[in-house]
Amino acid sequence: MSDQHRLDAPDPDGKRGEKHTAGAFDIRNFIGALLGLYGLILLVMGIFGDQALQKTGGVNANLWAGIVLLLMSAFFFVWARIKPIVVPEHVEPVDDDPVRPAPKRRPTGS
Amino acid sequence: MHALAGLPTADALISAKPVDYVIIALYFVFVLGIGVMARRAVSDSIDFFLSGRSLPAWVTGLAFISANLGAVEIMGMSANGAELGISTVHYFWVGAIPAMLFLGVVMMPFYYGSKVRSVPEFMFRRFGTGAHLVNSISFAVAQLLIAGVNLYLLGSIVHALLGWPLWVALLVAAAIVLSYITLGGLSAAIYNEVLQFFVIVAALLPLTLIGLHRVGGYQGLKDKVTEFATSAPASAGVPSAEQQLHSWPGQALSGFDSPFWSVVGIVFGLGFVLSFGYWTTNFVEVQRAMASNSMSAARKTPIIGSFAKMFVPFLVIIPGMVAAVLVKEIGELKAGGTPPGGASGEGVKYNDSLLLLMRDILPNGLLGVAIAGLLAAFMAGMAANISAFNTVFSYDLWQRYIRKDHSDDYYLRIGRLATVGATVIAIFTATIASSFSNVMDYLQSLFGFFNAPLFATFILGMFWKRMTATAGWVGLTAGTLSAVLVAFLSEDGFGSASLGVIPLSGQGAAFVAASAAFVVDIVLSVGVSLVTEPKPSSELRGLVYSETPREELVDPQERTMPWFRRTLPLAGISLGLVIILNFLF
Repeated sequence: MSDQHRLDAPDPDGKRGEKHTAGAFDIRNFIGALLGLYGLILLVMGIFGDQALQKTGGVNANLWAGIVLLLMSAFFFVWARIKPIVVPEHVEPVDDDPVRPAPKRRPTGS
Repeated sequence: MHALAGLPTADALISAKPVDYVIIALYFVFVLGIGVMARRAVSDSIDFFLSGRSLPAWVTGLAFISANLGAVEIMGMSANGAELGISTVHYFWVGAIPAMLFLGVVMMPFYYGSKVRSVPEFMFRRFGTGAHLVNSISFAVAQLLIAGVNLYLLGSIVHALLGWPLWVALLVAAAIVLSYITLGGLSAAIYNEVLQFFVIVAALLPLTLIGLHRVGGYQGLKDKVTEFATSAPASAGVPSAEQQLHSWPGQALSGFDSPFWSVVGIVFGLGFVLSFGYWTTNFVEVQRAMASNSMSAARKTPIIGSFAKMFVPFLVIIPGMVAAVLVKEIGELKAGGTPPGGASGEGVKYNDSLLLLMRDILPNGLLGVAIAGLLAAFMAGMAANISAFNTVFSYDLWQRYIRKDHSDDYYLRIGRLATVGATVIAIFTATIASSFSNVMDYLQSLFGFFNAPLFATFILGMFWKRMTATAGWVGLTAGTLSAVLVAFLSEDGFGSASLGVIPLSGQGAAFVAASAAFVVDIVLSVGVSLVTEPKPSSELRGLVYSETPREELVDPQERTMPWFRRTLPLAGISLGLVIILNFLF
């Protein structure tokens, strides 16, 4: 699965096509990474930090939130790995419309 | 975050610790990182503006909600919850879900199928230049005004958290939003919106749960609200416990005395005219669906969004209600007092409910997540306004009326310049927003002016092939003017400039203004159509329901999908759920 990495974006699935397309990098890995980092920080705060029990009404809120965030993070990483986004070989270009005084699209982008 | 530590920071509302700043900083690293990476993927202007129609439905669906889940939604709705109680849910269950489903089921095929890049462009195809120009300009102006509201709220939270002067906060906030849109365009905006959605949930869910835990669960909240309503002095005008704890008939929300007219006002004014106007024609939202990868995904975008939208009230209204009984200052305010302090420094307002609740019940750590979530939400709102503005500005105004026939690169560059310009203008419109005491009223008035007539023209134009080009622009203009007139005649639709001839105030005035716009638009459009020449049927294919072959309105791929991935069953489930919710509350 991870036989092919590109240098310009994290893409653990390696399923990104050769085509240079917008939206090719997988948002699920970003979500997983951010939630995971938050979860880790909260977990550490929950264990070692000030639990502020008088504020939360006796619940170690950081700890629980940290655990839930880590689970969510794992879910997104797993989802991205199991069902990677397949970038289509050919994305249909939006046609020029004669009604619209638009510029002609040049054949190969910029 | 400490770069401006030299500035006065005396009146920071919330005391964040280093761990909170680390969490906030991490969020910004991700936001800008997405911008940088998206930039490498932008190949031409279509990619920049519509993300190359390449995104899956769940991404665009969450972006659809996130683009709307801005400052107004979070601060405004929790403020409404604190002040008025549970009837605020009408903004979601009546004022959003039905319209979102209608957009997905009925209107999206026309938008996506006609391959237009913007809502005004659809207007151009259907009605020609007049209606297009009116729509483009009013949309562009509205976006600048609304971006100002979001920026103002963003600036005021930075001000509240860090104690920076409001103008510094505004500039910094504007610079961050600007950098990530110009870096990556719509792809970056959409990807960030999805990320924001999860950060916002991670911020608000613990707040709601801990809040409910502190007041003894939902039953405890009900008891406390009841106790508060009966013990509050009559002069404070606190809605009765009955009104605060039940969604219908919602007199507290509409401001109408009669329960019957209150229901009519909410269903027709909010549920039909304002909400259908907002959700079905607002390009900020529709643009998200246009970026999806198939007709099926485009139609499912608002429907998937509706499931998320349905549960947002629990994350914003409940904390608002908890704040009203748990936070000392909000309680005093609700009982008719004027506690000092607050985000503005000019006394506590209902808008501060969420911030004060965060201060009171979140430990450091979660506090940082909550602050990051709020910052995320406010930037999402503003970024959505700006990215929709730059599409309309460069394609619908600049390209069509000012400089035709230039290269893609040229319009891409214009789009980036428009982004910069819009951000600078938003700093000024933010100062307009700051002069309104209740931003929710201001916004509802704006939606009434711009969206209600647009919806009337759209719906008539989509289903009545006889409707003419002249009727298009006449209806739009007259509708907007009549909404402005009603707002001007009401007690406070225009703030202090209103005359007070019609005894309506607050959000009720906005409902009536929107309804007036809708009715005037329909009547005039029909009248004008009957005396002018319609377009030939051959030009209406894909634009008018009766002239479009049925098979062009559905995605052939969809038949091969399992039922839970098809548009109509999903819409049915969503509608069923929202009806159940209405019965429960």
